[in-house]
Amino acid sequence: MNHAQVNALEKTELHDLPFKSKLTTWKKITRHWELYFLVFLPVLYLIIFKYVPMIGVQIAFKDFNVVQGIWGSQWVGLKHFETFFTSPNFWLVIKNTLGISFYSLLAGFPIPILLALALNEVRTGKFKKSVQMVTYAPHFISTVVMVSIVMLMLTPHVGVIDRLFSFLGWEMTNFMGVPEFFKSIYVWSGVWQEMGYASIIYIAALASVDPSLYEAARVDGASRWKKIIYIDLPSLLPITVIMLILSLGSVMGVGFEKIYLMQNPLNLSSSEVISTYVYKVGLVGANFSFSSAVGLFNSVINLILLLTVNFVAKKISETSLW
Amino acid sequence: MTTAKKIKEPFGDRLFLLGIYIFLTLLMLAVLYPLLYIISSSLSSPRAVVSGQVWLLPVEFSLKAYKSIFHSSQLMYGYYNTIIYTVFGTLINLVFTVLLAYPLSVKSFYGRNFVMILMMITMFFSGGLIPTYLLVKDLDMLDTRWAMWLPGAFSVFQVIVARTFFQSSIPSELSEAAQIDGCRDTRYLVSIVLPLSKPILAVLTLMYAVGHWNAYFDALIYLRSEKLFPLQYVLRNLLILNASDPEMLANTAQKIREQGFEQALKYALIVVASVPVLIMYPFVQKHFVKGVMIGSLKG
Repeated sequence: MNHAQVNALEKTELHDLPFKSKLTTWKKITRHWELYFLVFLPVLYLIIFKYVPMIGVQIAFKDFNVVQGIWGSQWVGLKHFETFFTSPNFWLVIKNTLGISFYSLLAGFPIPILLALALNEVRTGKFKKSVQMVTYAPHFISTVVMVSIVMLMLTPHVGVIDRLFSFLGWEMTNFMGVPEFFKSIYVWSGVWQEMGYASIIYIAALASVDPSLYEAARVDGASRWKKIIYIDLPSLLPITVIMLILSLGSVMGVGFEKIYLMQNPLNLSSSEVISTYVYKVGLVGANFSFSSAVGLFNSVINLILLLTVNFVAKKISETSLW
Repeated sequence: MTTAKKIKEPFGDRLFLLGIYIFLTLLMLAVLYPLLYIISSSLSSPRAVVSGQVWLLPVEFSLKAYKSIFHSSQLMYGYYNTIIYTVFGTLINLVFTVLLAYPLSVKSFYGRNFVMILMMITMFFSGGLIPTYLLVKDLDMLDTRWAMWLPGAFSVFQVIVARTFFQSSIPSELSEAAQIDGCRDTRYLVSIVLPLSKPILAVLTLMYAVGHWNAYFDALIYLRSEKLFPLQYVLRNLLILNASDPEMLANTAQKIREQGFEQALKYALIVVASVPVLIMYPFVQKHFVKGVMIGSLKG
C-alpha cells in the first residue's frame, strides 16, 4: 500500500468499511438525512438574520429611502464614504476608538495573566477559591449596573471616591464630565470587572502544565521566580498569542454598550467612538446610508486587522486562529 | 503539596510567596469594596448616604429605599418582562445551539464544512447595525417580543463550545452501536447525546440566561412601548439618564438635599436588579469556569 492509500484508510470510519470508502455523494447524504432536517432551521436562521443584512449593506453605496427600499434606492457610489472621511468627526471617532482600544489592551491584557500566575503559586484551597470567587463575580454585573456603580462612586460630594479625593485635599470634580478622565474611568472599571474572568483561560493553561517539569526544576533547585520565568511563561505563550490576535483583531470594535451609557454632552469629545457614532447618526438621526457606510468601513478594517495579525502570528510563533 | 516541601523552601521563595499572598489579598479587597459599599449604602438612611457618611458599613440602618422602589410599577414591569425574555430567550438559544452543534460534531455528515464556514463567516463579518435593524423592521418585528428573541437566537461561540463537547465527551462507539441497532440521528440525539450532555447544557443555559438578564442594547434599538421594556432598560432610564442630567451635576448643596432621596434609591435599585444573578452565582460558578475552558480548546 502506498502512502495515499494508508491515509485514505485511516480516514475511513468503521461503518464505512463495507463500502470501501467509495460512497457516492448521494449515499453520503442519505445516510445522515436526518441531520439535514436538524440543521435546516439554524441554517435558515443564519441566512435570514446574518446573510440578508450582509446583502443589505449595499445601502452604504446608495441613497436609501424608505419608500424605494433597499433594492430600489439610487446608487451613489462612494459618496457616503467620502462624506465620512472628510467630516471633522472622522479623526475624532478614529482617534477615540483606537485610543480606548489600545489603552484597554495595555491595561487589560497583562493583568489577567499576572493574576493567573499569582494564583498558580498559591496551592492552599480556601484562599485560592475565595480569590477566584470574588474576582470572577463582577463579570456577571450588567453593563447598566456597572456604569451606575461607577457613576455613584464618582458623584460629586456623595460618591465615595470623590469624598476620598476631598479628604486628601484635592479639589472635588465632576469626574464624568471631564473628557480627560473618560478613558481612564472606562478602562480601569473594565479591568475591575473583567480581570478575574479573563484569567480563567490562563489558569486552565497553567493547570495543564506537566507536573514533572516542576519536579525537575525543584530537583535542580530552581526558585519560584525561575519556575515562573522558565516553565509558566513559555506554557502560556500559545494561548497568549491567540488572545492577543483576538484583541488586536478587534481594536476597531470597541463595544457600544458601556461607552454609550457613560457618555454625556460634557465628555463627548473623548468618548465618541465608531459604534456610538453609527448608532446616533443612523438610528437616532435616521441617516441609514451614511451610518451603514461608517459601519461597513469599520467591519472591513476589523477584518483586515484580524487577518493581518493572524498572518503575522503564524509566521512568528506558529500559533494562529486557523 | 506536602508540608515537608514547605519546610524545605528557601527563604527567598517564602518571601516571594508572601508577596503573592499580599498582592492577591489586596486585589480581592479592591474587588469586594465597591460591592460592599453599594450594599451598605442601600441599607443606610438616605440622609446618611447624601451627607457622605457611608464608608464601609450601613449608617442609620433603614429599609426605606427598598420599600419605595417596590411601589414603582415601571420597575415591576421591567422585572416581569426580563423574566419572560430570559426564560423563552434561553429556551430558543438552547434549541438552536443544539440543532446546529450536533450535526457539526458528526464527522461523516456530508456538508459539515460548508455549514461550519457559513457559520464562522458571521463571526468575523456582519451586515452591521443598520441593515440588521432594517431587516427586523421588514419582518415586522419592531416593538414586539420577537425582536428580543430572534436576532440573537444563538451565539457562534457557544455553538463551538457545544460542538467541542459533543465531539470530545461522547464516545463514538455509542454512535456506531446505535446505528447498528437501527437508531437514526434524531432519536440518537434526543435519547443518548442529550442525557449525556447535561454538564454542557447547564453551562449553555447559564451563559445565555445571564446574557438575557443583563441585556439592554436590543431593547434600546427595537423596542418603543414602555410595557415591553426589560429591567435593564428601565434601570438605564432611572439610574443613568438621570445621573447624567446636567442639572444634577451642578454642585449646589440645596439641589443635593432635594435630590437626596433619589440618590439613595439608586443603591437599592442596583442591589435589587443584581440579586438574582448574585444569589445563583456561588452555586454555578464552576459551570461558567468549565464553559470558558471548553471554549478555549481548539476544535
